Order: sequence, then structure tokens, then C-alpha cells
Amino acid sequence: MAERSFKAEVEHLRLGDGGTFTGEGILALTKALLENGVGYVGGYQGAPISHLMDVLADAQDLLGELGVRYEANANEAAAAAMLAASVHYPIRGAVTFKGPVGVNVASDALANLASSGVTGGALVIVGEDYGEGSSIMQERSHAFAMKSQFWLLDPRPNLPSIVKAVGDSFALSEATNTPVMLMVRIRSCHVTGQFATRDNQRPKLSVKDALSAPRSDFNRVVLPPMSYVHEQDKIKNRWPAAQAFIKAHGLNEVFGPDAKVGIVVQGGMYNGTIRALQRLGLADIFGETQVPLYVLNVTYPLVPDEFLAFAAGKDHLLVIEEGQPEFIEQALGAILYRAEAHVKLHGKGAFPMAGEYTGTVMFQGIEAFLKTAAPGMLPAVVRAPNADKPQIPDLSKTVPIRPPGFCTGCPERPIFAAMKLVEQELGKHQIAADIGCHLFASLPPFEIGGATMGYGLGPAANGAFDGGGARRPIAIIGDGGFWHNGLSSSFTNMAFNKSDGVAIVVDNYYSAATGGQDNMSSRADNTTKSTKNPISKALKGVGIDWVRQIDHTYDVGKMRDTLREALTTNTPGPKVIVASSECMLNKQRREKPLRVAAIKAGRRVEAPRFGVDEDICTGDHACIRLSGCPSLSLKRLDDPLRDDPVASIDQSCVGCGNCGEVADAAILCPSFYRADVVHNPRAWEQRLSAFRLRIIGRLQARRAARRLSFEVAP
Amino acid sequence: MTLHAALPPLPQDPRLGGIIKLAVLAVGGQGGGVLTSWIEDLARGNGYAAQATSVAGVAQRTGATIYYVEMCPVSPRPPVFALMPAAGDVDIMITSEMMEAGRSIIRGFVTPDRTTLITSTHRALAVSEKMMPGDGIASSAEVMAAAEIAARRLISADFDALAIAQGSVISASLFGALAASGALPFPVQAFEAAIMAGGKGAEASLRAFRAGFEAAQSPVGQSPVGQTAPIVPAAAIAARGPAHLMAQWQTLTARVLRLPAQVAAFARPGLQKVVDFQDLAYGAEYLTRVESVLARDTSPDHGLTAQAAKYIANAMAYDDVIRVADLKTRASRQSRIAAEMGVDSAKVMHVTEFFHPRAEEIIGMLPARLGAKLDASPVWTARIDRIFNKGRRLRSDGLTAYVLLYALSGLKSRRRRSFRHAQEQAHLTRWLDTALGYLPNHALATEVVKCRRLIKGYSDTHTRGLSKFDRVLAGVALVAKREDAADWTRRLREAALQDEAGRALDGALQTVASFS
Repeated sequence: MAERSFKAEVEHLRLGDGGTFTGEGILALTKALLENGVGYVGGYQGAPISHLMDVLADAQDLLGELGVRYEANANEAAAAAMLAASVHYPIRGAVTFKGPVGVNVASDALANLASSGVTGGALVIVGEDYGEGSSIMQERSHAFAMKSQFWLLDPRPNLPSIVKAVGDSFALSEATNTPVMLMVRIRSCHVTGQFATRDNQRPKLSVKDALSAPRSDFNRVVLPPMSYVHEQDKIKNRWPAAQAFIKAHGLNEVFGPDAKVGIVVQGGMYNGTIRALQRLGLADIFGETQVPLYVLNVTYPLVPDEFLAFAAGKDHLLVIEEGQPEFIEQALGAILYRAEAHVKLHGKGAFPMAGEYTGTVMFQGIEAFLKTAAPGMLPAVVRAPNADKPQIPDLSKTVPIRPPGFCTGCPERPIFAAMKLVEQELGKHQIAADIGCHLFASLPPFEIGGATMGYGLGPAANGAFDGGGARRPIAIIGDGGFWHNGLSSSFTNMAFNKSDGVAIVVDNYYSAATGGQDNMSSRADNTTKSTKNPISKALKGVGIDWVRQIDHTYDVGKMRDTLREALTTNTPGPKVIVASSECMLNKQRREKPLRVAAIKAGRRVEAPRFGVDEDICTGDHACIRLSGCPSLSLKRLDDPLRDDPVASIDQSCVGCGNCGEVADAAILCPSFYRADVVHNPRAWEQRLSAFRLRIIGRLQARRAARRLSFEVAP
Repeated sequence: MTLHAALPPLPQDPRLGGIIKLAVLAVGGQGGGVLTSWIEDLARGNGYAAQATSVAGVAQRTGATIYYVEMCPVSPRPPVFALMPAAGDVDIMITSEMMEAGRSIIRGFVTPDRTTLITSTHRALAVSEKMMPGDGIASSAEVMAAAEIAARRLISADFDALAIAQGSVISASLFGALAASGALPFPVQAFEAAIMAGGKGAEASLRAFRAGFEAAQSPVGQSPVGQTAPIVPAAAIAARGPAHLMAQWQTLTARVLRLPAQVAAFARPGLQKVVDFQDLAYGAEYLTRVESVLARDTSPDHGLTAQAAKYIANAMAYDDVIRVADLKTRASRQSRIAAEMGVDSAKVMHVTEFFHPRAEEIIGMLPARLGAKLDASPVWTARIDRIFNKGRRLRSDGLTAYVLLYALSGLKSRRRRSFRHAQEQAHLTRWLDTALGYLPNHALATEVVKCRRLIKGYSDTHTRGLSKFDRVLAGVALVAKREDAADWTRRLREAALQDEAGRALDGALQTVASFS
């Protein structure tokens, strides 16, 4: 079960001719796929297209009705490989994953697909994770399109344009026998808006029917000499065909009047460009611009004659291209040079080479360009600003950073608390991490793990240390990473090389960081997928015998002891600890409504929550350095004798148990307590409780009679 | 509320006047997405075209995350909206936490010419603030001062507490504040309709919405910055008890009244703390110690004695097993927890305590001479440790555990003969003698007195605190002759509170050693 359910929204995917769809970009993309007769869909989740996978999973009924096959692929490589169905069969297929990391993983399949060429439209929807909110290294997927000869679409970020781009992509793919990448940026995926819908189309040939009439053609196989033919085919036939198609169907757009200056912009940067022009008084609310724009909805390949026609008669051109290197600007420069054009080309320089083009960057970049190229166009206030603004105090030293971290009650927290305790005992270790929520442990307060080499590659990243040494290397990997790529790339690597290292599989029952999707070892019932396949069984299968399964990660003492054992045992070979407890976010989502309903229905329910005795807490914050839980915070006491704020647990506590376990295992302090509130207690429980309270009350009264008390009357 | 009416609005194309730009800066998990979709539905339901964007990703896991909405009246041609806020171009900024308000100001989203800033004043502390051994909490007052300058209009209240009080979440109370601000051209009923359309939990949301609405309208709706629930000041609580004890208590409080006001401000709660810890005789001892410092304090403001009154009380009321058992068995604690957990007569509560005694705690309770002997013997320490050093979870609502704790608290009568007490007394005397030894340098003596702050926590943390205390005092000895010795002492103490391992202190001590 994914973190967010789209069951309600999925109903809008049934809208037909004349309807209006209102919603998010990813839903619009899904609707567009159905309107364009897609035959199969798949992919691998990851921001910003995680929700696209969730939408597809929630739309399985509808997909089934239309005869569309849906796969939740094991990883991006598997997703890209699935597009092989479009090589021989005239079936439209679409897969989605994040870029550039997903494209990296998929690149083997993508390169083979591009070489073979396609018969049916093949579409890769890449969620480009660049800029604010990104969780990965900052790179561009653009280079992959160039090296493998994929066509790359980057539509204007509004729903009608995105929907149209899906249809254009399929048509372009089929017209040129070339797979197409459709790039959507972080915010385009989640941008909301409206578009006019059309009827959904059943695929002309379904994948099921294709199996009744199998096809093959060795000319499509990537083997010499056919591969040499493919290479020539890409350049001699597919490329010109693509340029002709783009031109004939007007995929790129020109806006604005004829002028001496112009802007060439990636489709995805169009809205930001218009906003900057609006603020400079050069465009209106509807995008009516005084500066001509050449909008590249297709950023690869470029169409030289179309571009030269736009450049004709202009003195200055600005290229707005986010990220580095500036592939488009370089290519446009070459086109101009070959055409012996005299227009001056601006781009990087007015704009920064690297980093996201935020609203501020766009405004300043375009303003800087126009100040040089066409100062007459700018309003007087921009040319000579009369700044008399109040000085706003600098808060950059006051406001703390707020990086992401483990959620309240996260089952991974106690694992890292245990690791910190073991490191206090045995010293610092070489620790490699993977991709997933567990990577937050590399940040304070834990600071565990110094590198991540990619999804499923945590233990592989310790390969150089497999031979062993004074202290064993430790690798951490999540269950998501384990099934994505970890079993083959990390664990067989450890087993085959007789690694002496330790690996911890942080198993929270889901691919949690990407939004709580099910995977092979999920404990949930899933009617369409095979779940409940234990990780430990897979490990045994690849010949790893030292495996310890921990089914309650909150037992910090046991975690610590098991880890210590793994680090000190004399057993040769890899030592793997599978630490399993359910992702608290998902658990609460599932159990909270049930609990509320049970209480309402009068059934007995125990609800645990932790607390801190503020008189006993001394304000040393040692517990926080082993936790970092959002619900474990500090409060200042109104006591002139106390200097430091004391620990305090707010009502968001889910009673996971970590605080008590850590206080015990690390021998911290006796301030923590757990209160279990019993809703709808049985009659005997109430009687017993009343009896206890009576005795306790008497003891308290006895003591109160012998001493002074300064308490607020109870 | 601040209104920078004097500032002229930025020159802009009049056709752009129609776009309202609204950003929400929230902490992952605060319901920023819900708030955004309400705003969007509100706009669409009232003749506006709207677009919302968000950054979904790992930032939603407790990190700072931003949502952005643009809207304008529906027209035949679709408008072009931007996908992210730009510095200097935001009309309404909603921040769901005080430091996020600061972040929005840093990012330039709050400008005096146009921005209405709606912020909750409560704090969701960042990990970096919480993990410091000292007080690492960022200053809300600084952010508030900047917000007053940066925003054209500022609406602030503890919208989190308001929402919780209504059994809802902050998104609803902030939505109420947005309605009250009048920054959006929609009537309040339209806001409520947007909530109602959401269905699930609408009733609680509406209550929180109205609470937010009212708080934003009343200028006194602002709660003190950075405060959590109001706490009854310790000094304001009157003593209660048997008459003969009350009479003795009056004698002691009369002695406090004879102290200079600055000293009494600390000595009054100090006396209470010490008497509460032990008994009236111990309180008298405390006052004697304070008075003896006062006798040597020639500074005009009695600053040395005031600080001594504070820290002597803390040193005398040390954290031992007896004190913990006493505090855990009090009636007031029982009722406090029950109130916090929402327990009424229809519910039953179990309370589990987490104890992990070590040999040190056990030996500490023994008579001083026996304790000292066992403490000096590694064999005996190990033996006692083997028996007692184990995590113990006690159900203090049950009679067995309660009676055990009650009995432990009863050991108070023997406390003054215990090994731990002897240790604490010796430490206290040594610390005070060291501090007063620096007289007539009052500033230095005061700073040394304040170093007592370093000793806190239990077990390892306590040991580390003691070692930091010793190292700081050793550092002080090196610079005692310098004119700026007091300043160096303060710096050393603050360095010691920076991090757990004492890296900052090591650095500071190296500096001190380099010039001494």
C-alpha cells in the first residue's frame, strides 16, 4: 500500500470527449497515456514520479478494462527493458522513472532499445530531479538522449501542453522508429490545472494478442553487422525524419512579435521566462510577450532551419537552458557559426552555469540580458532603480537548517541508536550507506555512514574492504535497495568475494523513501503482486549463512548485541543482519483509523505514549543525541534555577518505545516513562485500578502529613 | 500587526495586478499539502483560475518544504502562472513555524511593499538545536523583530496550540488566519465551504479554523514568543504541611527576606528546592551557605551571591535514587500525567518507568564509610554491578513497584549519612572554595560559580559533565591572573556546552594554554 492513495482521483481517468480534467500533472500524464492507446505501462518509483507509479497501481482496474498491462518493475533497467515489446510489435508502451539516476540504472536497456529501433511508440517519462527538493546528485538526463539518440521532449509546464506532448511523443516515436524521452521537472509533476479530455483508446494490438502471433527479425538484434547498420540508420534516416516531423507538426513554438532580440527557451522553463518578462513589464498575464520566444518543446534533436529562421534579423539571442553542460547553447552556437550568422548568442554568463533557475535567477538573468541587448525595452524603474528599502536584519545565522530526517516513531531510529552505542564501545567503523530513508542516519544526531554509491550498492561500496582488517566494514541497505539491485550487485558480490564485512538490511516492509510502495518482502496482502518473500531466504539462497533476523528493531539492546556479535564473531564470510519493523508512517496510516473506530465501538484499546518527568530531566539532551525524533523536543522551564531546556515529548508521540529502550540501553536517566492509556477497560480492570489508586493515595497522604510540600494541589 | 503603508508598491504592469501569489513554508508532516489544496479549491470555487505546485520528495520527511499557489479571476484565455515563488514577488506568505518564517525572510519571500506574513509562533525545534548539551534553541525574538520589518502586514499567533486544543492540525488554524487576514478576495463562508468539501475530519478542522480566524483578528491574539504551555512559576507556589513545620518554614523565609532582593530572587526558589529535596534543616544549611558568600561579596549588585544562591541550591539538590523515587511517587505527578494523557474516570492508565541502576547508585545509598570502602574495591564494585546493573521496567501504577519506590523515597532520613552525600558535599565545598578563592576578583568568582551548570545528567553523562567541569576549572587556573580571566571562564564554559564529546572545549583549552 503506497503512502498516498489515488483511488478517488483515478475515477477522473474515465472522463471522455468534452470533459474537463482538474488535478495534478502526473494524473494528466496517466490520462494522456490512456487517450493515446497505450498498450503497456511500467516503471520504478522515485521523486518526482513516485506518484505516477502510485496512480498506475491504483488504476489497475481501469487499465485491465482497456487491455493495458501494468508492471511495477523491479528497477529502472527492468522497466526500460520492457519497452522491448515495442521493437517488433506495433504496440505503444510507456515506462517512467526518475532522472538522471533512474536513467543511469536503465541505460543498458535504453541504449539497446535505441539501437534496435522501435515499431510501436516507445515512451520513457523521466521525472527530472534537479533543484530545490531534489534528493540526488545534480545532473542532466539530456546527455543520455544525445548519446543513444533518443528524442527528448521538454513540454511547457501546463496540463494541456503536457498532455499534448504525450501524443506528440508517440507519434514522433512511430514516425522515426526511435524511442522518445518525455522530461517533466519536479514541479511539473505536481502542478495542478485543467485540460479538455478525450475518450480513452484501447490499444490497437494488446500485449496479450501479440503473444498469439509472435514476431522476430534478426535485423533488429544488436549484433554485428546489424549494429553498424543501426548506427547509420540513426543518423541517416531517423534524425532527418525527426527534424521533419517536429517542423511539420509544429512541436516547437514561437511567441511574440518580430524584434531585434529573442529568447530561446526549453519548454519546461517557459513559465519562469514569462513570469520574469511580466515582472519587467514585457509580457502580460496571458503570456503575450514583447520579446520573441522560440520555445523548444523538443530539446533534442534541434531543428537548424527552424532555429535560423527565428534568429534571422536579430542582433541578440538569449538561450535559457537549466543545468550544465550547456548542450543546447553549444549546439545552437555551432548552427549559427556554420550559417555564418552575425547574431550575438547569450546564455550562460547572463545566467549561472549550474543550479536551478529559480524565479529570482530567471528575473535577474533576463534583466541582465536585456540591459545589454535592448535597454530601450526596459521600463525606467528597472534601468535606474530608486532603491530605498528598509534594511531587513540578516537571519542566516539565526535560522537553523532543517534537513529531512526520520519520522516520529521510525523503526530505523533504534537501529542507528544501537550502532552509535556499539561505536562508543568498539570505536568508529568504516560505514557505507545506500539509498533510502536510512541515509538520514548520516546526518546529525547519528552521523553514521559516509558515502552512498547508488541504489542497492551499499554493501558493494565496501568491496575494497572485503578482505578485512582491524575492524570490519559495515554496510547499510534498505529493503527497497535490496530488491532493486542489492541482491545481485551487493550480496552476491559479498558472497562471491568471501567478504568479511557486515551488512545491515533495514527492512521496513516497503520501499518507504519513495512513498511506501510494496516490494518482494512486504508483509502486506497484495492481490496483483507477490509479497511476503523473506529477505533472509534470499540471502541463504546466495550462500550467505551468517544471517540474523531481528523482528523488532525497537529492542535497542538486542540490536546492539547482535551488531556487536556480527562485528566480533570468528565466523568467516559475510555477516548480515536483517532488521525488520514496519515503517511507522504506513503503520499509523493503517492502524490509526482502526484504533479510533475500535474506541468508538467500545472495544478495549491500549494506546501507549511516552513522557518525560521534567523535574528529573537535567537538560543534558543525551537522549536526543540518540534519537532526533520530532516528537522528542525541548521546553524551557519557568524556573530561575534552571539554565538549560529540558526534554519534552509532545502529543504526536506514537509510543514506539525507542525512548525507553535507549534510556535503558545507554543508561541515560530515569526521566522517561511510558503511559498506556486503556480505553474502554474491562470492569475488573477498573476495579483493580481504583483499588491501587486508593492504596497509593493513602501512602501519599501519610507522607504529606510529615513534610512540607510545594506542589500545586492535585 | 505592522503596516508599511508609507512604502510605495513596486511598479508593475497593471494587467498583472490580478495574480495573487501565495506561498506556504511548512515542516514535513504539518499538513502543508492539505492547506494548499483547500486554498486551491477555495479559489476555483469562487471564480478564480488557480495553480498549485509542491515539491514532493524526501523533504517531506520532517524537512522544510514549500508549496506555492497562484490565482487570478477566470478569463477566456488561460493565464500563465509561475511554478515557484520568486524573491520580492510574494503577496501572502504562510509559515507554519517560527524559524520557517525566518527562512522565508532569508529567501526574500517577505517584502515590506507587498507581503502579508501569516506565521505560527510555535517552535518545532531542528535537530541541531535540540542535540546541544546546553541551550541551543534559536532566538524567536530575532525572527519576530525581522518579520516586523520585512512584512507589510504580520499576523502571528501560536496556531499550532490553537489547532491542537481543537483536536485538529495547524493547517486548519492557519487557513482561518488566512481568512481573517482578508488578503484573499473571498468571504469567510467560502473558506469554510472548502474545508467542508474535504470531508474527513471536517468538524475538527472547522473548529480549528474558527480559532485561527479569531486569533488572527484580535491584536492580543499573539502569544509570547517561543513559549509552550504556561507553567506555574516555582516561586509562586505556597508551601503546605503540618503546623510545626510551617512555623519553621516561616523562620527560613524570613531569613530570605533579609537578603538583598537580587539574591532573594534566587534564594527563595533555592530554599524551596533544597527543603523539598531533604528537609528544613537542610534548608537552613543552604541559607547559611548563601549568607556566608554574601558576607564576602563586596560587589554592589551582589551578583556573586545571587549566582551562588542559584547554583548552591542545584548542587545541594543532587539527582540521586532517593530523589527520583520521591518525585516518581508524588500525587501531583500522577495527576499531571493523567491530564497530559487525557485520562478520565472511564479510562485506566498504566505507567512504566525505565530504570537502569548501576553499582555506583547502589553504593551511593550505603553509609559513607562502607560506601567508600566498596567504591575503592574493584572486586566489590563488579560484584554489585553484576547483581544490579540491568534495565528494570517498573509499573509504578502497580502496588509492588509503587511500594518499592515509596520505600526508596523513605530513605531520605538516612541520606545525609550516605556515601553519595559525602561525595556531593565534598565537591560542593571544593567548588565554592575555588570560586571564592578568586576574590576579590568578583567577576571571575561569579563565572566560576556558574560553571556548576556543567554538572548534569546521570551515569556516563554525569561523569562527562564532571570531567568537563574539572577541565574548565583547570583552564581557569591558568588564566586567573589575567585581567580578562572572567571572560575566558565564560568562554570555556560555553565551549563545554557546545558538544557532547567536548571538542569545542578542547579547542578553547588549547587556546588558553597557548598564551598562559
